[in-house]
Amino acid sequence: MTDNRMVEAGPKRPAQSNPWLIGLLAIGGFLGLFLAAKAKDGVMEFHGYLFMAAAIAGIFASVSKAFDGPKAAPVERGPGVTYNDGVIRAGVIASMLWAVVGLLAGDFIAWQLVFPELNLDLPWTTFGRLRPLHTSAVIFAFGGNVLLCTSFHVVQRTCKARLAGGPAGWFVFWGYNLFIVIAATGYVLGVTQSKEYAEPEWYADLWLTVVWVVYLLVFLGTLRKRTEPHIYVANWFYLAFIVTVAMLHIVNNLALPISLFGSKSVQAFSGVQDALTQWWYGHNAVGFFLTAGFLAIMYYYVPKRAGRPVYSYRLSIVHFWSLIFLYIWAGPHHLHWTALPDWAQTLGMVFSVMLWMPSWGGMINGLMTLSGAWDKLRTDPVIRMFVLAIAFYGMSTFEGPVMSIKAVNSLSHYTDWTVGHVHSGALGWVGMISFAALYYLTPVMWERTRLYSLKLVNWHFWIATIGILLYITAMWVSGIMEGLMWRAYDAQGFLEYSFIETVEVKQPFNIIRAVGGLLYLLGAVVMAYNLWRTVRGDVAKEAEPALRPSVVTDAAPAE
Amino acid sequence: MTYEQLSSIAPTVGLIFFMVFFVSVIAYTFWPRNRDKFRRAAKMPLDEE
Amino acid sequence: MGLKHEVFEKNSLILTVGILVTVAIGGLVEISPLFYLESTVEKVQGVRPYSPLELKGRDIYIREGCYNCHSQMVRPLRDEVERYGHYSLAAESMYDHPFQWGSKRTGPDLARVGGRYSNEWHVAHLADPRSVVPESIMPGYPHLLEYRLKFDNIQDAMATHAAVGVPYSEAMIENARSDLIAQSNPAHDGAFDLEERYPKAVVADFDGNPETVTEMDALVAYLQMLGTLVDFSVYDAAENLR
Repeated sequence: MTDNRMVEAGPKRPAQSNPWLIGLLAIGGFLGLFLAAKAKDGVMEFHGYLFMAAAIAGIFASVSKAFDGPKAAPVERGPGVTYNDGVIRAGVIASMLWAVVGLLAGDFIAWQLVFPELNLDLPWTTFGRLRPLHTSAVIFAFGGNVLLCTSFHVVQRTCKARLAGGPAGWFVFWGYNLFIVIAATGYVLGVTQSKEYAEPEWYADLWLTVVWVVYLLVFLGTLRKRTEPHIYVANWFYLAFIVTVAMLHIVNNLALPISLFGSKSVQAFSGVQDALTQWWYGHNAVGFFLTAGFLAIMYYYVPKRAGRPVYSYRLSIVHFWSLIFLYIWAGPHHLHWTALPDWAQTLGMVFSVMLWMPSWGGMINGLMTLSGAWDKLRTDPVIRMFVLAIAFYGMSTFEGPVMSIKAVNSLSHYTDWTVGHVHSGALGWVGMISFAALYYLTPVMWERTRLYSLKLVNWHFWIATIGILLYITAMWVSGIMEGLMWRAYDAQGFLEYSFIETVEVKQPFNIIRAVGGLLYLLGAVVMAYNLWRTVRGDVAKEAEPALRPSVVTDAAPAE
Repeated sequence: MTYEQLSSIAPTVGLIFFMVFFVSVIAYTFWPRNRDKFRRAAKMPLDEE
Repeated sequence: MGLKHEVFEKNSLILTVGILVTVAIGGLVEISPLFYLESTVEKVQGVRPYSPLELKGRDIYIREGCYNCHSQMVRPLRDEVERYGHYSLAAESMYDHPFQWGSKRTGPDLARVGGRYSNEWHVAHLADPRSVVPESIMPGYPHLLEYRLKFDNIQDAMATHAAVGVPYSEAMIENARSDLIAQSNPAHDGAFDLEERYPKAVVADFDGNPETVTEMDALVAYLQMLGTLVDFSVYDAAENLR
C-alpha cells in the first residue's frame, strides 16, 4: 500500500530489515518456484509462480524499507503507546477495493440471469464460475478485510497496546489477500472443490490455515500485552470469530490431494456426512464470520461514534455466550427434508428458532446505545447507517428462524427467497455496518478532521437503501411465486407448471433485483470517491449535511 | 454404541448442556461483585485516543 | 501485583479455550452420530462407485459450478416426487466426495436426470441450451465438444477415492484407462468388462465424435447415470433408514 510509511515503527524499532523474515520469504519463494516447476496442471503452475512473485515482492518491500532511512517521528497516542496503524490503513483501502470488485461481480451475474447471452459461452465467464467469485469477493475479500483492519484497530485501542508480533500483522494482511487472489483466479480457471463458501482447493486452504494461525497469535499476543485488566466485549466477538472460523475451516476442508503437484483433491467425507459438515461450516460462516465479527464492530464503533457507552454491558455478555452456543447447532436447517436423518433436522430447527432471542437481544443493545442521543440520527448520516444496519440485523435474524421451520422451508428452500434472505443480511447488515465503520475509521486513521463530504454519505445511504429494498422485495415475490408454482396442481390432479414456465415468469423480478444491485454498487462507488478525497485531505464546501441545513456544524466523531 | 442410541442421546445432551451453560452465563453476568467491573468495561472504548 | 497480573494475562487464553469448547461440543454431538450411519447406508442395492468416465464427467460438473443452480436432492414431498421421481436416498450419494445436493434450483433438480433425455438432446442442450429450450437461461458450453478429455491422472484419482473409502478394487484402478475409453466407444472390446465392473453404465459415443474422448462425452455419461442405480421396484423403504 502506498502510505504505510506514515506512522510505521515505534522508536525502539530502528529501520532495519529482519533477516528471519527475509529468510522465511525466500523459502516461500523457492516453494512457489518448486511447485510451478513440478506442477501437473496449468493452474497449479500459475499459482506457484504467483506465490513466488508475492514472496519476492515481500523481500523487496522489507529490504527497501531498511534503506528508507530514518522515519518520521511516530505519533504518540495514549500513555506511551504507538499503534501499528499502517496495516489498518492498508486494510481500509483493500476493503473498499474488494467491495467494488465483489459487488460488480454480483451485479454482473444478476444480469446474466436476465440475459443469458452475457455468459458469453466462454469457459471463464459462465454463471457457475463467476458466482463463487462474487460470494468469495464480497464475503471473504471485502468482509474479511473489514474484519482484519477493524479487529487490529479495536484490539490495539481497547488494550492500549501495540499490535503484537511486529511484521506479523503485515504478513496476515498480505497473506490473506494472496489467498483471495489464489482462490478467485482459481474459480475463473475452473479450480473448485464445489463446497459453497469453501470452494478454494486444498493448497489455498492450507495457506489460509497458516495465515489464520498467525492472525490468532497476533490477536492473542496483543490481548496479553494489554494494560487494561478487563478484555472489552468487542474483542470477545473477534476472538470467537477467529477461533471458530479456524475450527470450521479445518474440518470442512479435510481432503486428500490427488497429487501434491496438482490442484485437484478428493474430500475426506462423502454424501450425508459431508453434507452436514458442509452446512455446519456454511451456517457458521454466517454465524461467526458474518455475524460475530460484525457484532464486534457494532460493540465498538457504535458507542464510539455516538459518544456513549453500550446500552447494557451485561446484555452484551449474555448476547455473546448464548449466540455462540446456539449458532453452532443451527446448520441442519439447510438440509430440511433431505436424506439427513430427521432428528438432526429437528435439532437444527429448534436451535435456529431459539437463536432469534440472543439475536434480538443484541439488536436492542445496539439500538438502545443511542438512547439519549437520538438527535444524532438526524444530524449524522454515519450514525444513520449504523442504525439501518442494526435494523437489518434484526430483520434478517427474524426471517432466518421463520425460514428454518420445516413447513416454511419446504416452500422457501431452493428458491429465490433464500437468496433474498441472504442479501438482506449481507447488504443490509454486513455491508452497511462495514461502510459505517469505514466512514468512521478513515478520518481517524489518516488524521483528518472529518470526512470529505457528509452529503455524499447521505447520498450513499439512500441509494444503497433503495437498492436493498428493490433487491429483497423482488426476491420475496419471485421466491414465493416459484415455490408455489412448483407445487401447484391443476383440476385433474397433475402438476400445473413445467419447470421452464417457472423460470420464464421470474424475468421481471430478476431485472428489478439486478437494478437494486446496481444501485448498491453505485453507492459503494460514491463511497470510494468520498474516502479517497478524505485521504487526500480535501473537505467539501458544504455548509451542512443535506437533510437538516440549520442544525449541524460538526458531526465528526465524539472524541 | 449404535447409531440409534447415539442419535437419541444427542438432542438430550444438547438440551442439558444448554441449560447448564445458560444458567452459568446468567450467574456470571449478574454476580454482584462483577457489577463495577462491567460498568468500567462499558466505558473502555470512550476513554482512549 | 505480579500474581494478579499473571491471572489477567491468562484470561485471554481461558477465554479462547472457553469459546473453543462451547462451539466444539455442538458440532460433535450433532455430526458424529452420522458416522455410525454407514453400516445402515450400505444395504441399498445397486449403488456402486462411479465408472472412470462418469468420475471424470463429475469433475467437469464440479469445475463448471453446476451445483450453483442445480440440486441433486429430491425431497419426499408430493410435487417433487411427481416432478423428479423417487425421493433421494442417503445411500445414493455415499460415494460423492464431496456431495452435490446443492442449495438452489435456478434450474431443475438433476438427482434423477439419468435416462430422461437422449444423449443427442444433452449434447445439443449443453452446447447451446436455447436451441432446445428457448426460454432457458443456462450458459452454453460449446467448448466441451472441442476439449479432449484429460485422463492421465484417472488412476491416481481413483486411488485417492479408494483411500477415503470408495470401494474401488485393484482391477478397477488397473483397467481405468481402457474402461474409460470403452464407455465412450461401443465398438471397443472392453465394453463387457466395463459392464461387469460397473453395472448399468451407459456405453455410447455420446457426442457423435468417435475419434476422440471429449469432455462432453464424460459429462453426458455422468448425467445419464444420475439416479439410475437403485431399482425402486424392489426397494423396501421400511428396511432402510433414509
